[in-house]
Amino acid sequence: MRSVLYALSFLALIALGFWAYRENYATQAALKEVEGLQRQIVGLRETLSVQRAEWAYLNRPDRLRDLTTANFDRLGLLPMEPSQFGAAAQVAYPPTGVPEIGFSTDIQGTLATPEEGL
Amino acid sequence: MRTPLRPLARILQARQQGLNPDSIERENLKLRHDEIREKARGRAQFRLMVLCASFVMAFVAIGARMGLMAATEPLEPRASAPGAEIIAQRADITDRNGRILATNMMTYALYANPKIMIDPVGAAVKLAEIFPELDAKALERRFTDGRSFVWIRKVMSPEQMQSVHDIGDPGLLFGPREMRLYPNGTLAAHILGGASFGVEGVHSAEVIGTAGIEKAMDARLRDPAQAGTPLALSIDLSVQAAIEEVLGAGMTMLNARGAAAILMDVRTGEIISLASFPTFDPNDRPAPPVKGDPGDSPLFNRAVQGVYELGSTFKIFAVAQALELGFVTPETMFDVTPPLRIGNSKINEFEGKNYGPMASVTDIIIKSSNVGTGRIALLIGGLRQQAFLKSLGLFDPSPVELAESRSGKPLIPKKWPDIVTVTAAYGQGLSTSSLNLAAAYAAIANGGVMIKPTLLKREGETTGVRVMSENTATEAVKMLRGVVTKGTASLGEVPGYEVAGKTGTADKPKSTGGYYDDKVVNTFASMFPASNPQYVLIVTLDEPQDDTLSETRRTAGWTAVPVAAEIIRRVAPLMGLRPTLEPPAMDAVTAASN
Repeated sequence: MRSVLYALSFLALIALGFWAYRENYATQAALKEVEGLQRQIVGLRETLSVQRAEWAYLNRPDRLRDLTTANFDRLGLLPMEPSQFGAAAQVAYPPTGVPEIGFSTDIQGTLATPEEGL
Repeated sequence: MRTPLRPLARILQARQQGLNPDSIERENLKLRHDEIREKARGRAQFRLMVLCASFVMAFVAIGARMGLMAATEPLEPRASAPGAEIIAQRADITDRNGRILATNMMTYALYANPKIMIDPVGAAVKLAEIFPELDAKALERRFTDGRSFVWIRKVMSPEQMQSVHDIGDPGLLFGPREMRLYPNGTLAAHILGGASFGVEGVHSAEVIGTAGIEKAMDARLRDPAQAGTPLALSIDLSVQAAIEEVLGAGMTMLNARGAAAILMDVRTGEIISLASFPTFDPNDRPAPPVKGDPGDSPLFNRAVQGVYELGSTFKIFAVAQALELGFVTPETMFDVTPPLRIGNSKINEFEGKNYGPMASVTDIIIKSSNVGTGRIALLIGGLRQQAFLKSLGLFDPSPVELAESRSGKPLIPKKWPDIVTVTAAYGQGLSTSSLNLAAAYAAIANGGVMIKPTLLKREGETTGVRVMSENTATEAVKMLRGVVTKGTASLGEVPGYEVAGKTGTADKPKSTGGYYDDKVVNTFASMFPASNPQYVLIVTLDEPQDDTLSETRRTAGWTAVPVAAEIIRRVAPLMGLRPTLEPPAMDAVTAASN
């Protein structure tokens, strides 16, 4: 009876040892993976910060000002003026009635004058 | 098999021979005891051996582990995965809307280990080609004099790095660096200041703020716990850009040596914009000047460091105090016939004018009468005047979060006789910074509460110390509005924004004593809209002159005021401030439909 108990506990010990060994290696592998992911995240963060810096650089007010001046023909942008504040009463009423079925937005875009459209 | 103690065969045999059978039993018993003892000894010996072996193994294991630990590089224990690493060592700086003002960028430093270089002479020549500021001869000498470490460059561009790679010398090595980057260039340069490398190592270098908010908030920006959250300033980037554009143009047009502008929210004390000209690029901060007047350097912050005699802008403080003390009302009449005699000194009006013989307090402000203000100040008395100006923060360096603010210490006369009381009332004889003036005007604009100016975005309500009653403040604002509608600042009117303000033209003091005849500092301290002041704008121009109309004008009304008006016209809509007038081109309201 006792020897059976010994044998069983010995087997249990081996089994536990095997389990611990496997767990250890699984943990190491997981840690390595996390480390890899972490490195990837750091790399992506770095890229992100470069992109944000680039975005800020490209959107710096000096450059935007030069661009609006250079493209004045097409954009016609000027600095904001006090007279550009409008009143709510100036906003046109939304179109009345339900548009016809099959009304295409493309057609709306091709109307010659805005008075006809909105 | 167990041996019987009295084996029958031997007993019978002994009995036959007449021997004592007990001796046989004794002998067998002894044998049996011997056997048991031997067995026990063997087992004990085995146990001792096992114990000994386990001790030896344990000590060997510990010893081996210690040896291993002593011999290997130290490593952090890896009980768990490392937390999310933050790449930015130093927190970003953003404006009030989250637009980036300062951020970090990864770059590389270049160093060399001449001991492992293959061709030090050739490498030195090629490096000098890549980096024009390097001297090939000097570099060659440093590569060949036997040292094993040479710094070559602190930062470099990716293209330069590729060129260094192309040299292909194994002794040229790169160290990662985090570099401070200001994507907006010169914009808000005086606020941001600049940063440089502190302690440098091969693997990293610390970035430290050298000026401006980078230095003043260095501890916050370097705090690893807050590295992920950017520092939000009260600055509005669009407003700052518009102000710098207008102020720069105004400075060029008026041939001024320098200019400064401050725009401040009167309720929160937040500085929406702070500009100083000439300016610099914080990405490439120039070295501080070693000779000449430090005030001429582009690094000099005229809004905070520059202390000037701000002239007539001070008059409103004397009047406000007299109103507060109940000595005068806006209608009280004063004798303003020049000159006002104090001891041996005579106080005259600007360019020998005469606003007399009598003028009301409102007219004294509107026409900017030195004599009238002097009389009011004498009514108040020096002690009370000092206490009031001090309570407005005009006697102390500005508490704003800039490293330079401490050096902008106001120059206050040590003694305060009557003549100082009078000159101080119209802003001569004591110097303070434009930012202090902005904070004091904000106290008038917001109904009498002195609020600490700040460059950091503020959340929620701000509390301050009440320095005058709401009534006094309202009366003072009304008088300042009069200055623009019918006084010295008539060019400052911006339709829809009800500008109120006070001009100040102060002669520049000579370093040798006395004042220059043809050098002035012009200031326009304004607030808008007068019916409910939201913002204070201070514009200061150093030595401006307006030559447009065939005569040279140096009064603030012709220089600082038009610049300030243009600034207000540009930035008020940017801040969402609706003009009080109806917009001129009002389209008819129609029910339009498809």
